[in-house]
Amino acid sequence: MSTPVDARAIAEGVPDPELPMLTLGDLGILRDVTVDGTRVRVAITPTYSGCPALRAMHQDVEHALRVAGFAEVDVRTQLSPAWSSDWITCTGRRKLAAAGVAPPNPAPQRGAGPVPLTLSARRVVRCPQCGSTDSTQVAAFGPTACTALYRCGACAEPFEYLKEI
Amino acid sequence: MGFDSAYEAITEDLDDHRWAFGTGFDDPLKGVDTSLPVGVDGGDLGAYCLMLGDDALIMSHRLQQWLTRAPELEEETALANIALDLLGQARLLLSRAGAADGTGRSEDVYAYLREEPEFRNVGLVEGIDEDFGALQARLLVFSSWRLALMARLRASRDPVLAAIAENAVKELTYHREYAADWVIRLGDGTAYSHARVTAGLAALAPITGELFDISDIEQRLTQQTVAVDPALLREEVSEVLADVLARAGLGGPGGAELGVLDRADPAGAVGAARLRGRAGVHTAALGPLLAELQSVARTHPGATW
Repeated sequence: MSTPVDARAIAEGVPDPELPMLTLGDLGILRDVTVDGTRVRVAITPTYSGCPALRAMHQDVEHALRVAGFAEVDVRTQLSPAWSSDWITCTGRRKLAAAGVAPPNPAPQRGAGPVPLTLSARRVVRCPQCGSTDSTQVAAFGPTACTALYRCGACAEPFEYLKEI
Repeated sequence: MGFDSAYEAITEDLDDHRWAFGTGFDDPLKGVDTSLPVGVDGGDLGAYCLMLGDDALIMSHRLQQWLTRAPELEEETALANIALDLLGQARLLLSRAGAADGTGRSEDVYAYLREEPEFRNVGLVEGIDEDFGALQARLLVFSSWRLALMARLRASRDPVLAAIAENAVKELTYHREYAADWVIRLGDGTAYSHARVTAGLAALAPITGELFDISDIEQRLTQQTVAVDPALLREEVSEVLADVLARAGLGGPGGAELGVLDRADPAGAVGAARLRGRAGVHTAALGPLLAELQSVARTHPGATW
């Protein structure tokens, strides 16, 4: 019989459908795992409102927990507090860099007031290959909403950057 | 697992109907407490969520129409991702509308089965962009306005709306950045790019007045600190646009001569000249857009495959 600890570990171990080098635990989107006998309830916070991976995440978590022996699996959405890229774990950041994806800079700490105008040129992104900060944005959005494309001026390699939000 | 073909993989689970229309999507608010805040009228809240949801839905569709037509692949992925973010916001807001107004209507019913006068989006999102300069001009005005609105809505007394706004702010910050980058690049580019983005901004001037009008529903909800009075957004949006236009070398010092917002007809101007999307009065461009958006759902009601 799986215990609460097992259930959390199982849910955390599910790989992200779009960034498969990360687990859902690395991504920091699992808010709660509650076990009651053979029933388990999981709360997941979406990353981006339209992220198409969200549905796959829900299904993958449900599948993994059913395989582990839970008869009833209830995967729910928890909207608040909104996900921040700051929630990606240190392990997750190492895995991203190892896979050639630059981990996110710290998310801006903003109060309740107006959001100041940002321009892409102000962002300094470190190349995951050579560590240089001499990089240029090539595209504001990559293959998914959560990434942008950059090119390193030092080693000339193109790379993805996981945007800070 | 191990499948012989991708088709076999997607049909693995026979109970899981794949999407054609109205099927296969989970409720985006599944497990979220959607009970009404004390004293708030569900009908009003639902109608307000439709306004905000329709803005996102229609703008998303217009952006999707750029796919395969953008000048470079990089811009196509950007526009697709922005459209996807807005579609996600629309799904949440339309779902919130159905939960709030007591009808239990799904996001699909709102998106696919309403007639044109039932849509509540502002006219700004309806227009067809003549070129890439016009697109970036529209996206800059839209994302600056929506970001200012959503930033204030984070304090809404409806916790669901506040949570949706919290995520939307993060997304819209990038949308505005993208459009601002491009408006500056085009304005500060060749004589031709400068002329195109100038024309795009000038064409928007007569239709931005509506963005800062308040409807009766918003009036009531503002008093209950659920909604935001759009009039409060004008100064902030104006400052952002002036900043971007100045950097783009557009319209003289501070972009003032271009007057994207200032040339809009003042409140109380002749009703016929002013757009009133919040009242269901739309431009001629919305009908054909909805015909495309709703065609599959209306041709094959309730279809699954």
